[in-house]
Amino acid sequence: MPLIRNGRVLDPASKTDAPLDILLDGDRISKVGANLSAQGAEIFDVKGMIVAPGFIDLHCHLREPGQELSETIETGTRSAARGGFTAVCCMPNTQPVNDSASVTRGIVERAAAAASVRVWPIGAASVGSNGEALAEIAAMKDAGIVAVSDDGKPIATARLMRQVMDYCNSLGLPVIDHCEDPSLFAGGVMREGPQSVRLGLKGIPAQSESICAGRDVEVAALTGARLHIAHLSTRGSLEYVRWAKKQSLRVTCEVTPHHFTLTDEDVRYDTRYKMNPPLASREDRDALIAGLADGSVDAIATDHAPHHPASKDVEFDRAPFGITGFETALALGLAELVTPGKLSLMRLVELFTTGPARVLGVERKIAPGEPADLTIFSTNQEWTFRADESPSKSRNTPFDGRAFRGAPMATIVAGRFAFRMQM
Amino acid sequence: MQHLSHLLGVESLTTEQISFILDQAKPFQEFQRYPLKKLATLRGKTVAVAFFEASTRTRISFTTAAARLGADTMALQAESSSLKKGESLIDTVRTLEAMRPDGIVIRHGSSGAPEFVAKRLEIPVVNAGDGAHEHPTQALLDALTIRDRKGRIEDWNVTILGDILHSRVARSNIHLLSKFGAKITLCGPAMWVPRELEDLAPNVRRTTRTEEALEGADVIFVLRVQTERIHEPELAAEEYILGYQLTAKRLRLARPDALVLHPGPMIRGLEIDSAVADGPQSGVLEQVTNGLAVRMALLYHLIGRAPVDAPHPAKDRSNASD
Repeated sequence: MPLIRNGRVLDPASKTDAPLDILLDGDRISKVGANLSAQGAEIFDVKGMIVAPGFIDLHCHLREPGQELSETIETGTRSAARGGFTAVCCMPNTQPVNDSASVTRGIVERAAAAASVRVWPIGAASVGSNGEALAEIAAMKDAGIVAVSDDGKPIATARLMRQVMDYCNSLGLPVIDHCEDPSLFAGGVMREGPQSVRLGLKGIPAQSESICAGRDVEVAALTGARLHIAHLSTRGSLEYVRWAKKQSLRVTCEVTPHHFTLTDEDVRYDTRYKMNPPLASREDRDALIAGLADGSVDAIATDHAPHHPASKDVEFDRAPFGITGFETALALGLAELVTPGKLSLMRLVELFTTGPARVLGVERKIAPGEPADLTIFSTNQEWTFRADESPSKSRNTPFDGRAFRGAPMATIVAGRFAFRMQM
Repeated sequence: MQHLSHLLGVESLTTEQISFILDQAKPFQEFQRYPLKKLATLRGKTVAVAFFEASTRTRISFTTAAARLGADTMALQAESSSLKKGESLIDTVRTLEAMRPDGIVIRHGSSGAPEFVAKRLEIPVVNAGDGAHEHPTQALLDALTIRDRKGRIEDWNVTILGDILHSRVARSNIHLLSKFGAKITLCGPAMWVPRELEDLAPNVRRTTRTEEALEGADVIFVLRVQTERIHEPELAAEEYILGYQLTAKRLRLARPDALVLHPGPMIRGLEIDSAVADGPQSGVLEQVTNGLAVRMALLYHLIGRAPVDAPHPAKDRSNASD
């Protein structure tokens, strides 16, 4: 029986911040306490490290089935494990789209065979994510989906959103929306602003996102359903979420590490800075950080979006949107949020654990009987992220070569090490 | 002065570098009038001219400039190229590079494409127009035309009329003339003159009223309406003419000696009235001739890599081709 000893246990669910030992038994936590007896246990000394509940990523693209040149469930989850994630929710925009129970089952079976961490599929809201007929949501739920989304695109119309929300509400599933007004988006490639005008790149106004967020919040008010706004990137969208929360609507949102780290000023013509939603203005970035701090934002999600290197080695306006994100998420949170004093370490951990768990309507805590999913990290380990050393099949990240202080040290999933830093 | 390794845009150039190229272009201007228009300066050199977007005048201008310097050219045009077969930009230019040109001139519909290529190739890259980003040789030839006609580049009241948002010519001219102290007024239909343009360079203001924009102008740029780059719902031509066409009547609001420039191709009767295009204040045809001189100066500088104080090739008659 593994004994995680001498760590500083941070558990947002119980507001625990104390030096505690954790004894595992199979895939469960069996005991939590100070100075637990080591008798008969296999000891893992994690002195100087933080022991947190297992991190959950609400938003990633594992590209399987269909786009295995960019990523697979096997490579993607190895990268996730390195990033400290014990469970990842994969978006349905695969080929074919995960809009039926058979595709969902394929993902679940592949994950059982090859994944390093738990894979929680998200099903499409509409058939083919085409914005017309409802997908087989109940059947997909039986097969294992944890939410629905037409990610990559917004749920096409308010009318469809209403139907999806009503239906998902009856099934107890959250609806996740990628907020975007296609008519304002109109072929844009970066956030509209001084930098897009300078570079001569077609801009996407911030309102492209917030108009859709506003629509969604209104439909959430109409239906009373669970709405989660994916990769929220503007102050305007955040204000809609704040308003919704004030009305006690069941509305949540996530922010990505790149949106709280970078701004549109960082965009040149390097396609590693091209993602959707695009990097926002400095004012919007600062608003997101304020939202992460004050509780308006519920989770940090990576939107890990691998693209085969050749597909990104093209002109900026021809490149696909998206960057990888698992392995730099925690380190960016520490560097950009905790070190400058904008967030407490406990709050950061909450955004990776109980926050996303609540979005999915599940619990996440360190207590006897709970699943033995733990993320162990250091706040002072110095390292440099090298994209070409990543288990991911893709290299499309603007953080390649960035030096960090603070890193995931071990990822335990169901009592087993999915990742351990070599020291 | 820092020798240029590429010409990707005007924004990063210093006034010293700009003045140097214009000074170097001067003898090449006279050279265009010689009966024998061929130098041996770049003999044995090859310039790749890769146009991924349709163009007539800029392509012919670069090809002729290279020929008059004695260089050979290899041409790639979008219509006939492997791009149609799905080859990526990087593979296309690497293939060209494998034929060992000494420099490459690129026109591309994607903003930043020349910068993308320059980062990956060892040879000098000249931006012959990229998307809505920059068209640096156009701004240089415009500056040469202004200097010739008005005696200096510095401190003019400059008005740019038309679709500024989608214009690479406007961006390059704003950067260049602002570096030389111009007060720049941008004018066009409101959706094509967003406020962010004022952040491009110092002393840039915008208006949507043509009469206000023209008052006191020393230099007026008339831009072509770039229908191929417009995503927004189209503006009716009649509306454009009503509000923004440069007519003889409107031109009278500017200084009497105001210079009118147009990067071409010009649509008479749309953005400019024929009376203005062909009138004494128009510099349109000089722009074309100056384009050759500027491009010769630039290719000579980038590919010839002569020391900045070397004797000018167009002045040294022993250099003439036999």
